[in-house]
Amino acid sequence: MALEESHVRRAAHLARLAVSDDQASGFVDDLSRILDMVDQLQSLDTEGVAPLAHPLDATQRLRADEVTETNQRDTFQRCAPAVENGLYLVPRVVE
Amino acid sequence: MHDKTVTQLAAALASGELSSRELTSHFLQRIEKADGQLNSFITVTAEQALSQAEAADKARADGKAGKLTGIPLALKDIFCTQGVKTSCGSKMLDNFLAPYDATVVEKLSAAGTISLGKTNMDEFAMGSSNENSHYGAVKNPWDLAAVPGGSSGGSAAAVAAGLVPAAMGTDTGGSIRQPAAFCGITGLKPTYGRVSRYGMIAYASSLDQAGPMARTAEDCAHLMNVIAGHDVRDSTSVARGVPDYTETLNAPLSGLKIGLPKEYFGDGLDPEVEKAVREAVKVYESLGATVREVSLPHTHYAIPAYYVIAPAEASSNLSRYDGVRFGHRCDAPTDLIDLYTRSRAEGFGEEVKRRILIGTHTLSEGFFDAYYTKAQKVRRLIRQDFLDAFEDVDVLMGPASPTPAFDLGAKKDPVSMYLQDIYTIAVNLAGIPGISVPAGFAGGRPVGLQILGTHFAEAQLLNVAHQFQQATDWHLQLPAFAEENA
Repeated sequence: MALEESHVRRAAHLARLAVSDDQASGFVDDLSRILDMVDQLQSLDTEGVAPLAHPLDATQRLRADEVTETNQRDTFQRCAPAVENGLYLVPRVVE
Repeated sequence: MHDKTVTQLAAALASGELSSRELTSHFLQRIEKADGQLNSFITVTAEQALSQAEAADKARADGKAGKLTGIPLALKDIFCTQGVKTSCGSKMLDNFLAPYDATVVEKLSAAGTISLGKTNMDEFAMGSSNENSHYGAVKNPWDLAAVPGGSSGGSAAAVAAGLVPAAMGTDTGGSIRQPAAFCGITGLKPTYGRVSRYGMIAYASSLDQAGPMARTAEDCAHLMNVIAGHDVRDSTSVARGVPDYTETLNAPLSGLKIGLPKEYFGDGLDPEVEKAVREAVKVYESLGATVREVSLPHTHYAIPAYYVIAPAEASSNLSRYDGVRFGHRCDAPTDLIDLYTRSRAEGFGEEVKRRILIGTHTLSEGFFDAYYTKAQKVRRLIRQDFLDAFEDVDVLMGPASPTPAFDLGAKKDPVSMYLQDIYTIAVNLAGIPGISVPAGFAGGRPVGLQILGTHFAEAQLLNVAHQFQQATDWHLQLPAFAEENA
């Protein structure tokens, strides 16, 4: 499956990663080599094999629906780039 | 003191021959003197360490000391440490003071150990040479022209150089075992879920696992006794009893069945590395073990499967770095998309970007089944290879890496770097434990023997490694650097 620059552009957009034109062509080269290596997978017959998501086949544990955490907003906002009145600040989204 | 094991230092503390304050100052001085050349630490927390050491000495005076009370350690900079910079080797988190402690950190503190600081690593644990760090490459104390391995390269180099008696690492595709091999120390990657991942910055969540890096298997056993166990804050940690890993270290190995996977002795294996590993296997035969060849037929699909699964999980995990809640934010963003895309472009290094893009691409519409679902199917076949092998043998042995440590700057092509992990990566896909122990030298650089066991066989691996270390002295050899910088 050959990788085109449009694929890199799409992935960069989906991943919210700014990529310049120069960088894009570099990524096309690098990612193509990685995907060529990955394409060895296609030669393996996996008919009837179930995908494995967790090495121990564990399922999610459940717990009682009780409040266990306390509010630590101030602590967690101390490492934020910009906050005001307990809210995270971002550029205006709605005019 | 720098050439002593954790076990020996703990005995010296217990007998009163040494105080934790003396021990901690000694190692802090060594770091101060020698780490300018190695770059193994990102942050040294000297003041905190000395006050922890005083508290440890007081606890001992009050009769409240545990086995490891007062022992200095270092933490890979992937473990969140409250109030201390936790960078994960990335510019993205250069300004991040973690607001809480990882479970591993909490447990080590509760056991009375002292943290000397946070060790260097490949950015977000993505790398096999420690050259991908925002804080610069780490050098191998055996040869300053060589890499220490990665991603836990700082932890490995610091222990090898005698800057700290033991350190914590993490292993997603070999990141404990390969640097342990390259630096001539012992490193254990436990079974997936054996040690809590809470507060350990996520790379690939179905593969990541924390473990100890030290001079000896015995030291690793003491550290495993502290860090292993279930944690309600990590939904993938396993609720299963934890044995005393030191209790079985001296079990005899007569009758132990060792399998040598033929795929681990094929093309690309350095002949001197092969020789050292085969010599090590002979030592086991002299201890009463039997050896046979086995096959792990899907070995060569492990790297391709990993480079779908790990980047896919990484692209999802790293979406949290948005320039809003913590971490790097670009200057003067024009709008929200500009804020996200520029903060991320400025904060992440090249290898991290590559993996985010690969992961995003392979998970995207039209590619998901061909890549991600396919890789997950292959992952099942790879795990089955190991389960089948463990029907016939107790442990598997082979090299931890096809070559000894390579030179800094030698591997510029990402794929050639990825292929270095051929013997370690399948272990993470299968979720089984593995340990690397020093087994000789190739071209003057250390060789690691890798020993693999079935799920939750850590006690057996530590026993098998410890017995080797009773019969050999590779693990006691120190690089000249450690002496010159005493």
